[in-house]
Amino acid sequence: MKLINKTTIGWLVVAIAGFLVLQLAVTTGIISAYYEITLVTILINIILAVGLNLIIGFSGQFSLGHAGFMAIGAYTAGIITKYFPTYTGLFLGILAGVILTSIVALIVGIPTLRLKGDYLAIATLGVAEIIRIVIVNMQSVTNGAAGLSGIPYLSKWPLIYVFTVLTILLVANYTQSSPGRATIAIREDEIAAESMGVNTTKYKTIAFILGAATAAIGGALHASYFSVIRPGDFTFNKSVDVLIIVVFGGIGSITGSVVAAILLGFLNVFLQPFGALRMIIYALALIGIMIFKPSGLLGNKEFTVSGLLRLFNRKSAQGEG
Amino acid sequence: MSLLEVKKLTKNFGGLSAISNVHLELKENELVGLIGPNGAGKTTLFNLLTGVYQPTEGSIEIETNGQRESVIGKKTYTITDMGFGRTFQNIRLFKNLTVLDNVLIAMHSKSKVGTLKSVLRLPSYYASESKMKKEAIELLKIFSLENKVDELAKNLPYGEQRRLEIVRALATKPKVLFLDEPAAGMNPQETADLTALIRQIQKDFKITILLIEHDMSLVMNVCERIYVLEYGRMIAHGTPEEIKGNKQVIKAYLGGE
Repeated sequence: MKLINKTTIGWLVVAIAGFLVLQLAVTTGIISAYYEITLVTILINIILAVGLNLIIGFSGQFSLGHAGFMAIGAYTAGIITKYFPTYTGLFLGILAGVILTSIVALIVGIPTLRLKGDYLAIATLGVAEIIRIVIVNMQSVTNGAAGLSGIPYLSKWPLIYVFTVLTILLVANYTQSSPGRATIAIREDEIAAESMGVNTTKYKTIAFILGAATAAIGGALHASYFSVIRPGDFTFNKSVDVLIIVVFGGIGSITGSVVAAILLGFLNVFLQPFGALRMIIYALALIGIMIFKPSGLLGNKEFTVSGLLRLFNRKSAQGEG
Repeated sequence: MSLLEVKKLTKNFGGLSAISNVHLELKENELVGLIGPNGAGKTTLFNLLTGVYQPTEGSIEIETNGQRESVIGKKTYTITDMGFGRTFQNIRLFKNLTVLDNVLIAMHSKSKVGTLKSVLRLPSYYASESKMKKEAIELLKIFSLENKVDELAKNLPYGEQRRLEIVRALATKPKVLFLDEPAAGMNPQETADLTALIRQIQKDFKITILLIEHDMSLVMNVCERIYVLEYGRMIAHGTPEEIKGNKQVIKAYLGGE
């Protein structure tokens, strides 16, 4: 196994091609300033969903606290870039957000990850609410319920694109490694995993922290792109939005989360003219997919370059034969 | 030198005494049987030995690097790390993962592959990954499962699932292997094959095996010593010949005076 093989080159091509297509669309005006917001929302949703999928889909722990971790990242980066309105400030802000979120996730994770299923969901939901309430009440630092405004607009869409690719790479690398396999084993059968020498608490916590850290990246980019953040942006609803993307795309499928974030993003845009009907159609689409494909668009399968190559080889072999 | 020494072990579930005052000793490179009627407490004893349950009373001590250490209070994964592998009576494979992944997961704790190294894909990551895969396939070859590496565990036939459980337990590099009814649900031919295989494992890997089994032909054939449990008490202990003639054992199995 080498670093430079068909699969890695394939993914690199996909990432660069995606960037070039978007760049072309933006310069030619196909993606107008208005649609650029949609693009950025989709990219940030991908970051959030891929991170949450690591927690829910791979370690099998049901977390509803994603908005809370996103809020910590957003506020940390927002405050720091207000003092240092440079790219250095932004990267420092993202880094600080990630570190702070990881610490909070560690403190929260160790006691709550002993809980299972619904109990863990309620506990993490509570944590996210606590984070939001703390932000509302830290008037002097966070400007309370009115929120932070005037955050320097530093994260242009290409930067967000790069972070999206990096996040996917981070989560994909983790899930396809030895610690990642140990994490998946916990989802499959916790007792068996422990009997095979897997330190279940450790790997649940690692997955939880990695997921939370990516949420912080998403939050930081959100703050820096939209320039305004309010505690109201990070309520339970935000966590549910991300959860919907994960479930829609397929629990345990990274590419599923990406596809779902893009599809739901488009759906939102196309439904804009329908006004109040929008939410009904959106909900019907979700109900539809849950009836006809309960495991989500891709189930727990991945769309892979190596799979595509295999398909291609098979086709060409058939053509020759 | 004894690898494992259990003294006065008792486990109560409320008012029910599932295991009471049990003594057990395993020496190096031994094949020991544990038999008893249904509900005698055999699996409970396994769960106590591997840290799934905590005992009410008594001691479980193991020998690691020439030192005696108590197992009580330790987590299951620590005990596995100390060299105690196990299989499950009701197969507990990672069903939705491939055969290879099942084995690789068991090798993880000894491989010392860190999270950071994996995420950043440092060069040493690739080296340890390919080394692990090679070892896993070697191990699968012994059990003639090497052609099934990419198959999902749930799609294997029953007999092969049982074998994979043993491979997975061996992949943790145990000194002592606990096999919980490995022949359950197998036909006589499969049982005979398994009997040969268990003997071979014990010889090739130089490990101690503690075997729970209902199939008397298997137990009497391969075990050097046999412990007999009934209602949580150890009623007999000895060589297969001694056990066959033991009145209490016959009574436990067949009833009567």
